[in-house]
Amino acid sequence: MNLPFRVPGAEPTGKGCVDQPVLKERGQREVFCGLTGIVWLHRKIQNAFFLVVGSRTCAHLIQSAAGVMIFAEPRFATAIIDERDLAGLADIDDELDRVVNRLLDRRPDIEMLFLVGSCPSEVIKLDLKRAAQRLSKLHLPRVRVLNYSGSGIETTFTQGEDACLAALVADALPDTKPASLVVVGALSDVVEDQFNRLFSAMGIENVGFLPARKAGAMPAVGPDTRYLLAQPFLNDTARALDELGAKHIPAPFPLGANGTTAWLKAAADVFNVPSERFATATDAGHKRAEKALTAHRETLAGKSIFFFPDSQLELPLARFLYEELGMNLVEVGTPYLHRQHLHQELERLPAGTVLSEGQDVDRQLDRCRDAKPDLIVCGLGLANPLEAEGFSTKWSIELVFTPIQGYDQAGDLAGLFARPLNRQARLGGL
Amino acid sequence: MQLTLWTYEGPPHVGAMRIATAMKGLHYVLHAPQGDTYADLLFTMIERRNVRPPVTYTTFQARDLGGDTAELFKTACLDAYNRFQPEAMIVGASCTAELIQDDPGGLAQALALPIPVIPLELPSYQKKENWGASETFYRIVRGLCRANTDTSSRNPKSCNILGPTALGFRHRDDLNEIRRLLERLGVSVNVIAPFDARPSDIARLGDAAFNVILYPEIAENAGRWLEKNCAQPMTTIVPIGIGATRDFIAEVGRLAGIETAEFLSHETSRLPWYSKSVDSTYLTGKRVFIFGDATHVLAAERVARSEFGFDVVGIGTYSREYARQVREAAARLGIEALITDDYLDVEARIAELHPELILGTQMERHIAKRLGLPCAVISAPVHVQDFPARYSPQMGFEGANVIFDTWVHPLMMGLEEHLIHMFRDDAEFHDGAAPSHLGHAAQKSAASESILEPIETVSAIQQAVNLEAGWSADAEKELKKIPFFVRGKAKRNTERYASELGITLINVETLYDAKAHFSR
Repeated sequence: MNLPFRVPGAEPTGKGCVDQPVLKERGQREVFCGLTGIVWLHRKIQNAFFLVVGSRTCAHLIQSAAGVMIFAEPRFATAIIDERDLAGLADIDDELDRVVNRLLDRRPDIEMLFLVGSCPSEVIKLDLKRAAQRLSKLHLPRVRVLNYSGSGIETTFTQGEDACLAALVADALPDTKPASLVVVGALSDVVEDQFNRLFSAMGIENVGFLPARKAGAMPAVGPDTRYLLAQPFLNDTARALDELGAKHIPAPFPLGANGTTAWLKAAADVFNVPSERFATATDAGHKRAEKALTAHRETLAGKSIFFFPDSQLELPLARFLYEELGMNLVEVGTPYLHRQHLHQELERLPAGTVLSEGQDVDRQLDRCRDAKPDLIVCGLGLANPLEAEGFSTKWSIELVFTPIQGYDQAGDLAGLFARPLNRQARLGGL
Repeated sequence: MQLTLWTYEGPPHVGAMRIATAMKGLHYVLHAPQGDTYADLLFTMIERRNVRPPVTYTTFQARDLGGDTAELFKTACLDAYNRFQPEAMIVGASCTAELIQDDPGGLAQALALPIPVIPLELPSYQKKENWGASETFYRIVRGLCRANTDTSSRNPKSCNILGPTALGFRHRDDLNEIRRLLERLGVSVNVIAPFDARPSDIARLGDAAFNVILYPEIAENAGRWLEKNCAQPMTTIVPIGIGATRDFIAEVGRLAGIETAEFLSHETSRLPWYSKSVDSTYLTGKRVFIFGDATHVLAAERVARSEFGFDVVGIGTYSREYARQVREAAARLGIEALITDDYLDVEARIAELHPELILGTQMERHIAKRLGLPCAVISAPVHVQDFPARYSPQMGFEGANVIFDTWVHPLMMGLEEHLIHMFRDDAEFHDGAAPSHLGHAAQKSAASESILEPIETVSAIQQAVNLEAGWSADAEKELKKIPFFVRGKAKRNTERYASELGITLINVETLYDAKAHFSR
């Protein structure tokens, strides 16, 4: 019942994994739904509030998803649907009005409200788009109300951010002065500042980041806008940007020294940055990143790693670990493989790497146990059980909650993978 | 629709998971969409369990909804049976699957598996986690236990311990404490359930003479069924605190036919002496607010009142199923119980009462932090900190010791409190300074939090202490000389006094008049 590790027929093509068949699985998925993105999005956009319209399960999920409860008051909440709503005894519009009023009274600082759809709201076909438009009319200019779906029947984990950003793009108003370059995907503030300095040193002006830190400050997008994806899970957002005429700059993702340089270079080429100027702007950072990686290479080189599907960051991470740290890739699982956005990543992965899309968690666990990898990247539900079986694990959610992009985080990123192995060595006597 | 910032309980299928995960040889097949697997991390991360919960999720997606989700359920069910080979299975739906009405129970029966399959009907849009746990345990007992009212062959000194689950607030340690207590009493334990019980153990529940119900929220329904179908009486006292533990021992003695007076005279806890020692004088009449699940709230009310000498100024629960009992306890205190699962209501009530100590859940800890009040956690919902490495029961005599330490720890110690009264402007001994025994970390976190949460001082507090009478500058200055941990009370009392007398401007005299008026 266990599947072989090298997918049959996967001969090296000289194009990495570009034409490689992918093991597609269907079964129990041990992944979060898109609502989970709220956990970082509500911190990123400082005057936005996320109101999930869903069930008690949704409320419980978000409060549990960060691994522990969060102790600062969140800018998210759930409007819990009850049996009166289902039976049609309560008018959904009235109910939403009441909940939103109570919320906005409590939080006068909120300027943007997202109504976030969930599995139950999708199944009973609540029209949150219409509700958002209606509520916007009621609360503008103080509060703008948008909607997107983070439901598990439609979105996996990071796809919630994709849906949220796509809604932001769709909401964008025509602007006389669109940004020339937009970096798309939530990044930590420190990373954003670093990239800003790098683009400025290259002479690229008028750079915007989506999402911006404040609602109301989202970058304007037009036909002259070029955009770089900072995250690999932004399918719908990219499509929405394309519809506004913006043009995607294909690039690998900015993870590691090479990844970051290639990502920046892709933009530099589009904006005709002279190669000398590019080198002046990026050499120091690239060298710093390489130096920081050296320290971890000793721990990681030659070690094998197995990725369970989680954030869609798996392919870029695998490329970084293979290319810059010399790790062996046993299986790289991803919830969804967007071949176009990941084209350059696929090119750089060693031919024959087992790629899997979707999940049947029990079968994947069988494969993983058989392969006995040195390190397993997996979700919180699997990590402790696998540790108890003697494996070293890296919880994948940390890769989403930690600044990992760019030169000055390359060492930190490698450190996230080295730490479980260091820890195992330190605690060997336990 | 209900606006929910935090939820005290998960959905009912999480309650079912707590039963399934506590047991061995039982598997739960849950019809649920992608994402509901988050519940696994409650057990693997918060409780640090070293195995995955025995739950298979069907993980349907939008594209399956047009197709055959029922077939998906059957496949998942069959695969789970083949892979895990359980002795029995429970099957049900999560909130989304409930809406698509696939009837997991009927589908599983149709598979004709060679093991008992127990269908669960857990209405997600009406009920919550504890109800789900209780219902699941009841269904399992009803489905697997051999009814037997012939008591002749039973050892009268034997019992079952019912109630401890996975992800329970100190269930692991409570169970140990009570098991040892029963052993010392000479009562043998037939089956513990659901904790570590197999379906085959559930079948022989009827062999014991009586049942010890540790957590009524979870085990009372099953206990009633056993009372009727296996002629087993059950305990009614939850042994939290000295008084309740003594009463529990006496109750067990009556059920088992054991003389307990001699036993009780040898059992000791440090709580009575610690509470009587003069250092604890400062605890007298401290105003406490209690909120949590009904079992722990009712127990805490008794302990707070008669074992710490506190004044219980507010009491409430999110366990609607036990609202009556909590209302009765409140009525005895001459106060009104707060029965709600709305965190915002609890926050408002606490802001209004401004107690000197909150005995609550992790949620109230959050409220306490915002309002600058001390807080000790007495009840679920659980946090990773509620699974300490050390032995830390709430029940029995050791539990009473743990409670004494836990409740006293967040308070200002006796002499320290006096010193703050006397030297109000000391640079290190001011409002912002945390109690010295809480160290620098506490100060730092308080400071960093105020940066993180600049917005939060709005709302509840201001609404609650909405000034009706104005304060003169002098009175306001004098008010600031009152130590911060009683200042809220003084302010509130003064304002109430002023409004009762129709005073529109509060001066220093009004402040001291009010103090005299309310002095106890």
